[in-house]
Amino acid sequence: MMHRPDYGALMSEPLPLIPEPLLQAVNLQCERDKRILFRELSFSILPGTVTRVEGPNGSGKTTLLRILAGLNDAWTGDLRWCGAPVANHREEFLRNMLYLGHRPGIKPLLTPLENLRALMAGRRPVSDSALSQALQGTGLAGYENVPCRNLSAGQQRRVALARLLIADEPLWLLDEVFTAIDSDGVAAIEGLLQQRAAEGGAVLVTTHHELALPGMHRLLLGKGGMTDER
Amino acid sequence: MNAEVRPTVQLASSSVSALAAMKGVFARDMKVAFRQRQDLLNPLLFFIMVVTLFPLGVSPEVSFLSQAGAGILWVAALLSVLLSLDHLFRHDFDDGTLEQLVLQPQPLFLLVLAKTMAHWMLTGLPLVILAPVLGVMVHLDGNSIAVLCLTLLIGTPVLSLIGAIGAALTLGLRSAGVLLSLLIIPLYIPVLIFGTGTVAAAAEGAAVGAYLALMGAFLMLALTLAPFAAAAALKISMSNG
Repeated sequence: MMHRPDYGALMSEPLPLIPEPLLQAVNLQCERDKRILFRELSFSILPGTVTRVEGPNGSGKTTLLRILAGLNDAWTGDLRWCGAPVANHREEFLRNMLYLGHRPGIKPLLTPLENLRALMAGRRPVSDSALSQALQGTGLAGYENVPCRNLSAGQQRRVALARLLIADEPLWLLDEVFTAIDSDGVAAIEGLLQQRAAEGGAVLVTTHHELALPGMHRLLLGKGGMTDER
Repeated sequence: MNAEVRPTVQLASSSVSALAAMKGVFARDMKVAFRQRQDLLNPLLFFIMVVTLFPLGVSPEVSFLSQAGAGILWVAALLSVLLSLDHLFRHDFDDGTLEQLVLQPQPLFLLVLAKTMAHWMLTGLPLVILAPVLGVMVHLDGNSIAVLCLTLLIGTPVLSLIGAIGAALTLGLRSAGVLLSLLIIPLYIPVLIFGTGTVAAAAEGAAVGAYLALMGAFLMLALTLAPFAAAAALKISMSNG
């Protein structure tokens, strides 16, 4: 991704404006089952970017996202949120980060509205009308009060994705969120990701779908090391 | 997906109060439990069955029952709480809501405390309410029943709180049942001893104030320390999940 420019070479030109990275990883190393998933992994997530984490199955995409979200502690290295170590600012970091994982985080016995209400309860107050509007926005109009276990897998996923519509968090970590979503839904989510980047947020996403986002960054994880390219 | 309700993107520094977050967790757990009532009945039925089987299996003599009754009720309550512990975090872990709980910008131990309180309201409290009826069945006198209910009222929250640590620790394991019991039962023993000891003292006409104070101390200790331990254990289990 973006690196600090060589200031010596740029002396005559005005310094380019380099936004402060939202999230910065320095020398991340993670070992799982005595196998090194990645080592010396360093990258910065700048505001206004969408980054896709790529790699074959088992290359540690999910593990990386869980490490960044703070769900996995089995790593060494440095993680910085707005320049300060994440560990010292955990609550502030969590307040500004939205993580959606493999498991949608939806209670099958509760209705979509109740689920969203419970998910937002510890974050910030959101009115019920805003929640139903978000559900309508994900194509779940009329299903607000149906228990989620009566919904299809894709619809359950959409309940979780409704959070993207009410999210004010600048950083999104999305792990395989396109699973079970139809092509219209995928296009809509792509639009949301792009919009979030345009609004000054940053998105990190893993997916096996083809993503058609102009200016998307890539973070490649693979066996025996990783590369980081635009 | 249209985006009319989207708020602006900015670094936020404040979230809702921890109390509001705890209320949210508590309300959700209660709602889920009441949509799945058969799970609520299981520990209660177990409690009733164990207590009814003792007179049939050992002896229906009044002298035996009135002496052993308090112990039987306490053991049955302890086992029935133990039986329900595996559900405390398991379902949330499986459907991913536990991940989202850990990622709430709130002190995790408070959220764990809220969950544990909901667990007690749904398992411990019904046992306390049912205890007088079963107490009459095993020929306890009125005073003993009152003291027994009081000890259960103080003791069952301790069982839930200690149990939360074990449930959180064994979360990542596929067959956690045996390990959970092995971890938790030694910590339950003091509560059991003092619980039944209080009733025995009451039956002999001794003052029970000191016993109850000691049980209250157990409760305070568990209330202040167990949520921290359970929250730490949850994070460890999350790392492996």
